[in-house]
Amino acid sequence: MHRGRYLLPTLLLTLAATLLLGSIFLPYWRMTLHAPQYPSGLQVQAYINRLEGDVHEIDGLNHYIGMRPLNEAATLERSLSGMMIAALALLTVGAVFIHSRWAMLLSLPAVLFPAGFLLDLYLWMAYFGHHLDPRAPLSSAIKPFTPPVIGQGNVGQFTTIAMPDVGLVLATVASAMILLGVWFHRRAYKPLFDQAFGQKVQSDE
Amino acid sequence: MDGGLLEKEQIMQARILSVGLIVLMFSMVGCGRSETSPTQAQNSGGSDAINQLAADRGLTPDDVRAALMTYQPSGRLDDYIMFSSGGHSGQVFVIGMPSMRLLRSIAVFTPESWQGWGYGVGDEVLAGGDVNGKANRWGDTHHPALSETGGDYDGQWLFINDKANARIAVIDLRDFETKQIVKNPVAINDHGGAMVTPNTEYVIEGGQYATPLGWSYAPLEQYNQSYRGMVTLWKFDRKAGRIDPQRSFALELPPYWQDIFDAGKLASEGWIFGNSFNTELATGGIEKGNAPFEAGASQRDADYLHIINLKKAEQAYKDGKFDRVNGFAVISLKTCIDEGILFFAPEPKSPHGVDVAPKGEFIVVSGKLDPHVTIYSIDRIKQAIADQNWELEAYGVPVLDLDAVVEARVEVGLGPLHTQFDPHGYAYTSLFLDTQVARWTLGGAYSELHPEPAWTVAGKVRVHYNVGHIATAEGDTVSPDGKYLVSMNKWSVDRFFHPGPLFPQNFQLIDITEGGDKMQLLYDMPIGVGEPHYAQIIEAAKLKPWAIYPEVGWDPHTQQVRADAAKAGEERIERDGKTVHVYMTAVRSHFNPEHVEVNEGDHVVWSITNVERAEDATHGLAIPAYNINLSLEAGEAVTFEFDADQPGTFAFYCSEFCSALHLEMAGYLLVKPAEMAMSQ
Repeated sequence: MHRGRYLLPTLLLTLAATLLLGSIFLPYWRMTLHAPQYPSGLQVQAYINRLEGDVHEIDGLNHYIGMRPLNEAATLERSLSGMMIAALALLTVGAVFIHSRWAMLLSLPAVLFPAGFLLDLYLWMAYFGHHLDPRAPLSSAIKPFTPPVIGQGNVGQFTTIAMPDVGLVLATVASAMILLGVWFHRRAYKPLFDQAFGQKVQSDE
Repeated sequence: MDGGLLEKEQIMQARILSVGLIVLMFSMVGCGRSETSPTQAQNSGGSDAINQLAADRGLTPDDVRAALMTYQPSGRLDDYIMFSSGGHSGQVFVIGMPSMRLLRSIAVFTPESWQGWGYGVGDEVLAGGDVNGKANRWGDTHHPALSETGGDYDGQWLFINDKANARIAVIDLRDFETKQIVKNPVAINDHGGAMVTPNTEYVIEGGQYATPLGWSYAPLEQYNQSYRGMVTLWKFDRKAGRIDPQRSFALELPPYWQDIFDAGKLASEGWIFGNSFNTELATGGIEKGNAPFEAGASQRDADYLHIINLKKAEQAYKDGKFDRVNGFAVISLKTCIDEGILFFAPEPKSPHGVDVAPKGEFIVVSGKLDPHVTIYSIDRIKQAIADQNWELEAYGVPVLDLDAVVEARVEVGLGPLHTQFDPHGYAYTSLFLDTQVARWTLGGAYSELHPEPAWTVAGKVRVHYNVGHIATAEGDTVSPDGKYLVSMNKWSVDRFFHPGPLFPQNFQLIDITEGGDKMQLLYDMPIGVGEPHYAQIIEAAKLKPWAIYPEVGWDPHTQQVRADAAKAGEERIERDGKTVHVYMTAVRSHFNPEHVEVNEGDHVVWSITNVERAEDATHGLAIPAYNINLSLEAGEAVTFEFDADQPGTFAFYCSEFCSALHLEMAGYLLVKPAEMAMSQ
């Protein structure tokens, strides 16, 4: 029971770091496009470092409205994301060994990562949707727009449905586990910390 | 709206997921699957309304049953696929069953502009069928043969003959396109093709009207000495996907007119069987007061069933016991006799079908002028050969004693022509004169499969009219499926609106699922594009066709990526002296480049790639005045060449309606007159 007090946060934080690392290999987000002539739909899946699915076809269709090829988006983010997630996981594991309140700061980037991913995605979608080539065949028929990051949108005969995918779910679960872990971490170590250093502070007074 | 349910479900999932993300912050929950209640079929008025509709249209209960057996709602795919010869259209028809919907006409021997066959693609394949360098751009396709493994269709290749010029074509069933045409170097026409041996080691091509081998000149007075029949064993190289003429050979046969062949299987594997007519050696000449062929070739009561020991023929070929005719290996008639390769047995006269039963032990022969089918036994044949129970005919070929080799005879009706099988021990024989199909029972090991006595007629069904071949589902393999029979009728007379005096042929679908005399005619399918002969029916699930070519830049002829394929982003026009090479891509909805400027007298090499990856996203390239139209399926790359010998302005365009901006998918070929080009 007493050991569990210290083991629990360690377990939670380590597991969270593992989930985060695992998410590197899983899709974070997907968009499905439905149109009458595509009975099985078109789909693009965003991993943290690449796009998969019907990218070629979707780019082909997007050229009608003058949208840039999808692979021109977030090139910097995609090139750095693997290292970045590894670093976030390392920081989270590092928090296990920091018994002061700085542990909270170390694990904060990993907690915020899922929200950061969605924000970045939103900004790119807005940028793409508002920088359409004016010389495209259907440029006069389409007003600038921001495709929804989550939920339904409509472009021409296409209905788009965007939703988080398993990687982002894992990263979010990891965030939750980190919050819990840090809370237990503080509960376990704060008294010790206070005992070790608090008395000293007291003695200084 | 179509797919609305799917979309709603997905939106719900999206909402559940995004709500879930927040919930997950506090607790871990399992992901629940949203439940959809089964949709209840709309009641369209029930059986009263349907009965009223049937009564209004004058439909009997049998008609309604036939409709229900064949109707496919939109989007439902057929269970079986029929490959039908296209007769003198020179093509092959692909038909879905039981709906009898025409899915494709595969261009084979005859140029076909939709597929671009002969108009920029396929020219080198078509040229393989040239006769002594002369282009013969039509064919008379008779008998398709699906490739087999272990005597069963494997769904990989299709072969078909051209009766007119004695040619065999190879079609790849990954893309349903013709890959090779070979001209038989020995014969000028054929009929006994194409049939395959049980593992597609050989494609059989039997001749028809005798000529001197290699169709050299000899007067008809020398018919008996100089004219010969033949059967060719084309070696198929499955890995290369091509017939290999260098490993193929023919057998010289007496100048009886060989008709159709079939390969032995299981009990008779290693043997092949063929029919002949005109064993009278008639040479016609009605205008000279001679008996016409139709009479002269029908005088004797019996013709000769050809029984060929393929293993021994193969051995003789390997031992080098052959001559060459037009460079092609031919085992002489004398060698065929000496090596025990060739035997005859008397058969009812003017036969057409020679069909091997599923287990391979019986060979069913039908003579059009004898109301019986005659069933031979391979065991009896082998015994008669061992006993040397034969007499020699005029050319020295042993003729086995008829009574020693016949297992049974069944009187089926007038004009028996061709036989197919089902899994219940029934055989089906078309009756040309009675214009019926007879169902009769096989004996031997098949006796326990049906309630009727062996070798008796179980029932007949009327067909409309003058049936030639018939096909049952996988009905010539070691494991027939039964279920459906298609009667390929030569005349339709009153079955359809007749568009002028050229009537369509009539394919009639017949339900053979029930035994005994129960056979119901289900559907009439008009064929208005040629006169088919034989067809084969394969379970659709055995076919694995591509929906798009595996990679962009694909050459369907070699089934690999072309080295010179135009690539997206590398489109260009290069000039090398008088040769201009165009590297063009096609994608919805533009060609790139759109301007092709050359000078009169230039030689143009034009490489074009359809860079699409979407199913059904085909583009065409039509260039007027230069006789070019391509069909470019997703991923396909083609290089074609022409001499820019007509100056002028030529608008080229996409000839396959590809997109909302299809009409805009166009470009200009500008051929500058030579004198203007010179002055620059």
